Amino acid sequence: MIISKQKPFEEILNFLKGKDKIFITGCSLCATSCMTGGQQQIDEMKNKLEEHGKTVTGTTVLDPSCHRLQVRATLKKQKVELASADAVLCMACGDGAQTVAAFAKIPVYPANDTLFIGEVERIGHFHEACKACGQCELGWTAGICPITKCAKSLLNGPCGGATNGKCEVDPDNDCAWVLIYNRLKEQDMLDTLLEIKGPKDYSKAAHPRKYVVGR
Amino acid sequence: MNLKEKLARGDFVITAEMAPPKGIDFGHIRECARAVKGRVDGVNVTDFQSAVVRASSLGGAKMLLDEGLEPIMQITGRDRNRIAIQGELLSAAALGIKNVLALTGDHPSIGDHPDARGVFDMDSVNILQAATKLMEGQDLNGNELSGTPEYFLGASVTPLYDPLELQIIKMKKKIQAGAKFFQTQAVYDIDVIRSFMDEIKDLNTKVLVGVIPLKSAGMAKYMNNNVPGIQVPDEIIERMRKAEDKTKEGLNIAAEFIEQIKEEKICDGVHIMAIGAEENVPTLLDMCGF
Repeated sequence: MIISKQKPFEEILNFLKGKDKIFITGCSLCATSCMTGGQQQIDEMKNKLEEHGKTVTGTTVLDPSCHRLQVRATLKKQKVELASADAVLCMACGDGAQTVAAFAKIPVYPANDTLFIGEVERIGHFHEACKACGQCELGWTAGICPITKCAKSLLNGPCGGATNGKCEVDPDNDCAWVLIYNRLKEQDMLDTLLEIKGPKDYSKAAHPRKYVVGR
Repeated sequence: MNLKEKLARGDFVITAEMAPPKGIDFGHIRECARAVKGRVDGVNVTDFQSAVVRASSLGGAKMLLDEGLEPIMQITGRDRNRIAIQGELLSAAALGIKNVLALTGDHPSIGDHPDARGVFDMDSVNILQAATKLMEGQDLNGNELSGTPEYFLGASVTPLYDPLELQIIKMKKKIQAGAKFFQTQAVYDIDVIRSFMDEIKDLNTKVLVGVIPLKSAGMAKYMNNNVPGIQVPDEIIERMRKAEDKTKEGLNIAAEFIEQIKEEKICDGVHIMAIGAEENVPTLLDMCGF
């Protein structure tokens, strides 16, 4: 899931300076799960904006905000509310905001900061799990991603900087390599670690990337 | 006779370590270099140690070479990608610097530019691979070089690590990638290095055990709490606490350790890291009778 976090309200208000009529969009998927762009957060945002003298011309939870065809169709259905607005406040991830911006014809402002691809530990607790490196390494790392979970993205084992299995960069984090070692040992697969990994092919992550499914 | 030849012959080898200045005044490092000239077999030049901006290791290594010492140029993967690392290695070889110690590098977050982006395009193993490839007359991607550099490659290892097997797995990879010698994190407990050497006896490599002379009991406690892989035993902290001349006692402790390592042939040599007190290294060498 794409994990997002709502920007400070002051920053949002700063974007909307001079824009009095606002159309708000949310997203049915990740931003709903992150509680940054579901119906409830849209309603709360609407109230706050109105308290600050703004008029909200309409709202919609896009299903989802990263799907061009869906976004275009939904915005078309609400074209009257959209046309009467000065700006759109998009409560989705950075991708969702760009998709809306492609169709809105008026300025689109992000309400959220997009943080990472991660998982939900429990409600309101998220951790980063994948850096979308373009060449998944999990097959030999016991299902633990060293690109994401090692602060240096090391592929040949740990640096000397772990103490009691904790990372020196942030002692709240486990050393990814100690986790990988422990799990591979449990599975009697430590030999996997002896193979040298050459420098990673970062051309696979040269952005902007695109992908078309071949037929 | 150089470092490589001495290690090959089985001599007990002594290396020291110096950091290039934060600035352009090389006076202090030059003085320290002159004070140990002819008395150590190699001097590591750190590469932006602790992720702090300084003059680079290449510049420091060249200065040592000009002073008639044998530099061991440290190079990390933190600040340079594979293009820059190979270029730096080529420049080093062209300038006559042969000993290279490959390190992954501390994270920028611990340094004086914590907002910097860490590169880590290559880790220590990959740097060794790159240098080995350059020695074959080609860059990492197989493109031909004009002239073939020669390196004597080293790497680091932390003997006090849990799980130790994980350190040893990486050590094996470093050897496979071309490392011919290892320098260790500082060790204070002779049993730690003894059991480590026993664990790796089949690897058939050269190991110089790390020594950091203590300057105070507080320094020992600080390292115990903050430096991964360093553990100063309580009885040594107590000796430092009781000592009147702390510097001298720190050097005494280091000299006793070095003598024991040499007498019992536990390691192939020692690597003295004076971290900011390089002027004490000649005294320590005197005390050890080197």
